[in-house]
Amino acid sequence: MKKLRLTVQLLFTIVTNGYLYGFLSGKIYRGGLKYACVPGLNCYSCPGAVASCPIGALQALLNQRGFQVPFAALGFFFLFGSLLGRFVCGWLCPFGLVQDLLHKIPIFKKEKRLPGHNILKYGKYAVLIGLVCVGSMFLWGGFAKVPAFCKYLCPSGTLLGALPLLGANGALRSQAGGLFLWKLGILIAIVLLSIKVYRPFCQYLCPLGAIYGWFNRFSLVQIRWEKDRCTSCMACEQACPVALSRQEISRSPECIRCGKCVDACPEKCLHFSGHNFAEQQPS
Amino acid sequence: MNFWKNSNSRAWMLGVLTGAVFLAAGAFQGQLDVIWRKAVMICLECIGIG
Repeated sequence: MKKLRLTVQLLFTIVTNGYLYGFLSGKIYRGGLKYACVPGLNCYSCPGAVASCPIGALQALLNQRGFQVPFAALGFFFLFGSLLGRFVCGWLCPFGLVQDLLHKIPIFKKEKRLPGHNILKYGKYAVLIGLVCVGSMFLWGGFAKVPAFCKYLCPSGTLLGALPLLGANGALRSQAGGLFLWKLGILIAIVLLSIKVYRPFCQYLCPLGAIYGWFNRFSLVQIRWEKDRCTSCMACEQACPVALSRQEISRSPECIRCGKCVDACPEKCLHFSGHNFAEQQPS
Repeated sequence: MNFWKNSNSRAWMLGVLTGAVFLAAGAFQGQLDVIWRKAVMICLECIGIG
């Protein structure tokens, strides 16, 4: 499972960022695939990106003059969320992969959570409401509204978009100033923290994780726990990288369906599945 | 049906259907064009310049 997940993460990242000409020329893909969004946090200004970022798309719609319900972005959230929930975070998000790889670096004592986790975990909802929604509707830069999350926080945009573009495009590089340094500082902080703490951006700041977490309870893809066969050995809880209990696995908004609990269970009473219709019949 | 509290086996289907309807509504209002226009220009804010 561990190797399968890493393979899927790598393949999905490569396929969705496979516009190699962009990396060489310092330009971005301008084709029709960008009408659609990828499920994970993937800056559409990444030179390799072949589709759009769902959070960027939501902000682009909220940045329009007047107010329109952002149906298109909500449509992508409902589709991906209802099918996969936070499986997207665990298996399909490029920035999640980056944090996973950083956490494998064998320095620092590893931690699953930050102190104050039970309060800090609500940070992602604050980012979603404050920066992505309210910020994008009411913050103005000159004569246009700004995508506040992308502009002031998103480390994925800095890593996948800014660094490759500025590296290959001298004209853009000459314009980088204080805002770029601010975003670079955030990226460096998250990179360093990721070496010690498991996926700090996903656990505490990612607005996309906040959205998909809401779908975890009823999405098609689930991790099933066969309670009758469980011997309460706690191997799953020890393996869970975000320290969830058996009862919380899969249904908690914090579960990213990484599958480490499935691997760890000696009785094989945890497994990935779609909805088990027989199991859902009223007794 | 308590849609949000229970893991109802059909809730995900309702979610997918809602997503499809929302996407169609968004496309009808030209929102996919808005997303495309934003995505094919380098987003200066995203890269810390704008």
